[in-house]
Amino acid sequence: MDATITLHVDGEEHRLTVDTRTGLLDALRDRLGETSPKKGCDHGQCGACTVLVEGRRILSCLALAVSHDGARVTTAAGLAPRGDLHPVARAFVDRDALQCGYCTPGQVCSAVGVLDEAARGWPSLVTDESGDDPGEGAPVPLDREEIRERMSGNLCRCGAYTHIVDAVESVGSAGAGGEAAR
Amino acid sequence: MSATDGPGAAPGAHTALGLPLERLEAADKVTGRAPYAYEHPLPDPLYLHPVTSTVARGRITAVDTSAADATPGVRLVLTHTGAERLADTGDREFAVLQSDRVSFYGQFVAAVVADTPETAREAAALVRVEYEAEPHDVVLTADHPRLYPPGDEDDPADHEQGDPDAELARAPVVVDRTYRTPMEHNNPMEPHTTVALWTGDGPGPGSGDGDLTLYDSTQGAHPVRETVAGVLGLDPARVRVVSPHVGGGFGSKGSAHAHDILAAMAARALPGRPVKFALTRQQMFSLVGHRTPTIQRVRLAAESDGRIRALVHDSVEHTSTVKEFAEGSAATSRMMYAALHRRTTQRLADLDVPIPFWMRAPGEAPGIYALESAMDELAQACGIDPVELRLRNEPSVDPRTGEPWSDRRLVECLREGAERFGWADRDPAPGTRREGRWRVGTGVAAAVYPHLYNPGSVAEIHYDGDRYTVDIGAADIGTGSRTALTQIAAQGLGLPVERVRLRLGDTDLPAATVAGGSSGTVSWGAAVLAAAAAFRDRHGTDPGPGARARAAAPEDAVAQGRAVASFGAHFVEARVDADTGEVRVPRMLGVFSVGRVVNPRTARSQLVGGMVMGLSMALHERSVLDPRTGHVVNADLAEYHVPVHADVGDVRAHWLEGEDPAAGPLGARGVGEIGIVGAAAAVANAVHHATGVRVRELPITLDRFVG
Repeated sequence: MDATITLHVDGEEHRLTVDTRTGLLDALRDRLGETSPKKGCDHGQCGACTVLVEGRRILSCLALAVSHDGARVTTAAGLAPRGDLHPVARAFVDRDALQCGYCTPGQVCSAVGVLDEAARGWPSLVTDESGDDPGEGAPVPLDREEIRERMSGNLCRCGAYTHIVDAVESVGSAGAGGEAAR
Repeated sequence: MSATDGPGAAPGAHTALGLPLERLEAADKVTGRAPYAYEHPLPDPLYLHPVTSTVARGRITAVDTSAADATPGVRLVLTHTGAERLADTGDREFAVLQSDRVSFYGQFVAAVVADTPETAREAAALVRVEYEAEPHDVVLTADHPRLYPPGDEDDPADHEQGDPDAELARAPVVVDRTYRTPMEHNNPMEPHTTVALWTGDGPGPGSGDGDLTLYDSTQGAHPVRETVAGVLGLDPARVRVVSPHVGGGFGSKGSAHAHDILAAMAARALPGRPVKFALTRQQMFSLVGHRTPTIQRVRLAAESDGRIRALVHDSVEHTSTVKEFAEGSAATSRMMYAALHRRTTQRLADLDVPIPFWMRAPGEAPGIYALESAMDELAQACGIDPVELRLRNEPSVDPRTGEPWSDRRLVECLREGAERFGWADRDPAPGTRREGRWRVGTGVAAAVYPHLYNPGSVAEIHYDGDRYTVDIGAADIGTGSRTALTQIAAQGLGLPVERVRLRLGDTDLPAATVAGGSSGTVSWGAAVLAAAAAFRDRHGTDPGPGARARAAAPEDAVAQGRAVASFGAHFVEARVDADTGEVRVPRMLGVFSVGRVVNPRTARSQLVGGMVMGLSMALHERSVLDPRTGHVVNADLAEYHVPVHADVGDVRAHWLEGEDPAAGPLGARGVGEIGIVGAAAAVANAVHHATGVRVRELPITLDRFVG
């Protein structure tokens, strides 16, 4: 069975007819030729397909395309105008936070999401909430442990983890990523 | 970043080598624009989904494709009765759909090609295959009845020097232990992918002329071309393999595999339309190689001062019934330490398992895990510091041959590592340090990797009046070879790197050898240097537009009569939760001797990445074969564990400055594999130091410490 949907990908509107079984990742890659998000496992286990939908990171391989009719999808290719690099992407280049590069667009999108989530004050498993309550929505400082915890859904088989944490740490918790994504 | 001298500089001036140049394709990779095999824009693609065997051994008795054939959008269903007869299946891995035999679980038994991926997958699920199953055996044991010695007269399975048995009988200290490592899978992040396009006359096998283009995820475009052309009976000149970016490999993409052949067969049957075939993560556990499990008995006979008299290392591994692959885990034990009496043996059992193949440091990674664990046990038995034990057993020449070392700096690696790590005040007693709920320990292990140089690569340099273009069909699987080779070319031409553009990953470029055995940069670099020298010889330093030169790497680049190898030392801090047995590794430090480092930025990433894979080998990775079915039951990234961000602490790689002229014209040795070698032993030794529990089977899981 087919359905016709609209996807806004990196600022461009697409009307497309998809098999209702089509995942968002396959719609992007096979139907629209938007191959910035990668397929590493197709089961939500590796994070290579991470994109931002309405500014929040999701695993596009676990999303059905028809469930995202009208959605605004940002891939790593759309975080900055062509020829320019988003601060997170720039930090990845500066720190050599990549090797084969296949997990990298997902890592970058995930990191942009992490910066936004921390700026909004969303806690993680390792956030210390025992001290004085800084108030609802106060930003969570992103130390290395926080970054590691929050980025743990994105596998890197080349083992670039330490450099990825360096890169995310260097961008800090200013929320730069989230603003660019929204 | 630029070289410090200008275009007119003397060729050979050492300027571009050693620069921490940014990875040239980094911007394309962080945006996701760098095209991997699946992603080249091609019109009207078709999609292939295979059907794989559900028995580990037997015969196909019937294949019913009627439901698949009737599915709208299906273009082709291939089975062993209908598929073309291949020209050369001497390598049985490539005998795809050629008979009714099933030799392992997960083997290709049929394939569907359709207009959409969803249709191909649905129709593949509708293909009914019936089997006459035969009893299978996938369980490796130390005394398996099918064990045999691999190798031949030139490369025998066993080596012996002196009389190790007599020494084992008389030595005051003997360590006799057996270590086991599990089946492991490479699992590069990019699934193995081939997009095949047959153009020209057709359709069907045996028809007239035609050309085959493969967009492939491979560590060697030219080797894949040779393999595929041979199997399909094509002139290699009619086969093009394109592979500009590869999402990791770690060995598994070091050869064509059956999926390349299947995609090409489908493309030949459907000329004019590209056939896209990306293996699923699950299929990769059967079809693209794995590391064999190993059972390794190591015996060390020593004087009470720790000096080793005899070293015996016996390794038992599996291979497949389809073809032989020997991991060779005992080989490096022949040259690590100054034991006068040595024996290494290797035995394989051909089981009904998928075909094993290269996985990062095949042989060295499991072999040095066993040897360096035994060294830690010897240090404990003798009451000697484990760093000191290694210093006492340092061989002055290669024990195998008596040849002098070109650049063996293991002692310096150990000393510098100990200094940087803070080893000096270590309390040797195991199981005595506690910080809160954590039991804390530290461990050391040595690393080694042989120096491999592959002759045969060719490079061509072309000057267009502005830039110099260097062409070589090499591979960049994430190693940074595109960047390093650009620096090597700039060096050879005496130019700043900005004036050099390097192209790789395409058989339309001059032939190059495989990215394997940490040989890539050294072997391709020799060709690039030769081409640069030829260019300057012919055209001088002021060439006209259109100037061109081409040269091959020398046959013999490595000095004869010298033993050339890389060495290293790993230092690890491990913490084990006293209640749950959870193991954490907050700190890993490696010091390596790898000759000249061409690009410190990308070399560091390679070394650190190898160490992380060694951590993974120590604590996480294990493919679980169900003996009842022959099936890897944890065949995905949720159940086959690799480290995530939260598992990786402070990992640092250092290297000794220097160069090794005996290693070839670059003075460099490889950096891709040595980082994994020894890392698992250092973790295991640190875990023992923390807990007093010696785990001799990887991975080290929490259940070993509880109860």
